[in-house]
Amino acid sequence: MPIAERQSPSAMLDIRRRTGVLLLVIVVGQLFLISAQVPSKSGVPVFQAVTFGAFARVQGGASGFLRGIGNIWGNYVWLRGVRAENEELRKQVTDLSVRLQEQSALAQRATRLQELLTLQTSTPVPTLAAEVIAGNPNPGMLTITIGRGSADGVQPDMAVVAAGGVVGRIIGPTAAHAARVQLLIDRNAAAGAYTERTHSGGMVVGVDHDPPLAMDLVSNMADVKSGDLVIASGVDGIYPKGFAIGRVESSERGSGLYRAIAVRPSVDFSSLEEVLVVLVPPRSAVPEDSVPAPAATVGTGK
Amino acid sequence: MKTPIVIATLAVALLLQSTIAGMSFTAGSRVNLVLVAVIYVALAYGAVTGMLGGCAAGLVQDAIAGGIVGIGGLSKTIVGFFVGALGAHFIVSTPVPRFLMFFAASLVHELCFQALYALVEAHGIRVQLSGALIQALVNGAVGITAFMLVERAPEMMQRDSWRRSSTVRRRY
Repeated sequence: MPIAERQSPSAMLDIRRRTGVLLLVIVVGQLFLISAQVPSKSGVPVFQAVTFGAFARVQGGASGFLRGIGNIWGNYVWLRGVRAENEELRKQVTDLSVRLQEQSALAQRATRLQELLTLQTSTPVPTLAAEVIAGNPNPGMLTITIGRGSADGVQPDMAVVAAGGVVGRIIGPTAAHAARVQLLIDRNAAAGAYTERTHSGGMVVGVDHDPPLAMDLVSNMADVKSGDLVIASGVDGIYPKGFAIGRVESSERGSGLYRAIAVRPSVDFSSLEEVLVVLVPPRSAVPEDSVPAPAATVGTGK
Repeated sequence: MKTPIVIATLAVALLLQSTIAGMSFTAGSRVNLVLVAVIYVALAYGAVTGMLGGCAAGLVQDAIAGGIVGIGGLSKTIVGFFVGALGAHFIVSTPVPRFLMFFAASLVHELCFQALYALVEAHGIRVQLSGALIQALVNGAVGITAFMLVERAPEMMQRDSWRRSSTVRRRY
């Protein structure tokens, strides 16, 4: 029986090449044959599924490679004029940001004015809208300056309110087109008030801590709870009755005759821009025999 | 002359294997004469013949045995090719290397066969090691016996005829 014949190196190489190809053809052919008989889980012949999977990977690789080339070209090579365009766009972004802030501020202002208008139309007393034109130059006093004055009919001790409730009162002297308003949270300000739920009367004063209002002169026997709405009683002759002042944040039995009540103001004093001046001249304090003792002293502050 | 011999060898192996398996299932599982024939052809005639012979014999064996046609063919194609390639590079003309070749090729064939089935049927490889080792040993024994018979048969026949002719000369 003959053993594998000896051949020249080039012939052997040729045979090996052909043998490899032949082996590949036979193997692939038999894989096709097996695949045709065996369906995969998805029903597709195994070889088809394997080939598709492998080819999909090749396609994915080729696609990723081409995408990478495209990205390199687009992001690093093809950059003519991008720097100038970038600067121009930055300018536009800055400009648009400023405009956006302006529009936002206008929208907020419109909302506030809408609220103020609603308050003005729903309030039975005559009011005058005024713009806050300045804050307080003296840290010791919590005041603001409004752009309405004596020429507009504004007089000292007129009440100033906002959409949220009581803001304060005009303190004199007033200019022709400007007036100073003492905020209710100032430690020298006070207003007659009572709780809406139980009508427990007292006096709301400004304090130096948080919350910035306290309700004094309310008997320890009175029923005052956290969350009670505190409204102006009108007995001080300045603030019209019924305007909200704030809500009770804490109510504790005091050491003396009166309760210690902390009130959170219903007006956000940090963002006052427009207010309403109640154009009702302050009336003299209510006769002492007809009002509770605390409110009688309230008229022009503590 | 090579092709008819190869075809005849494989055909006889197939016939014998099916006959043995028909007579005894255990005996049929202990030896794979078709594989022995493929390895023999690969060692005797080289990688290409081994590969083609393995492909043809395996496909026929698959077709006869039932199941997935191609798995046995592919296994025997691979075995035939590598046995032929190794036989061309190493000296396998003595019984021990031949036995080792039959033994190793049988194990590789079993591994390929089971691995392909495992791939196709999506389960783990289930090789019965003891069965595979016994079959490899029996295949090796049958293989070297076949080689010995084929290589020494002409010599023995020649010696017999020479003895007969010398006896006739002495008589006359």
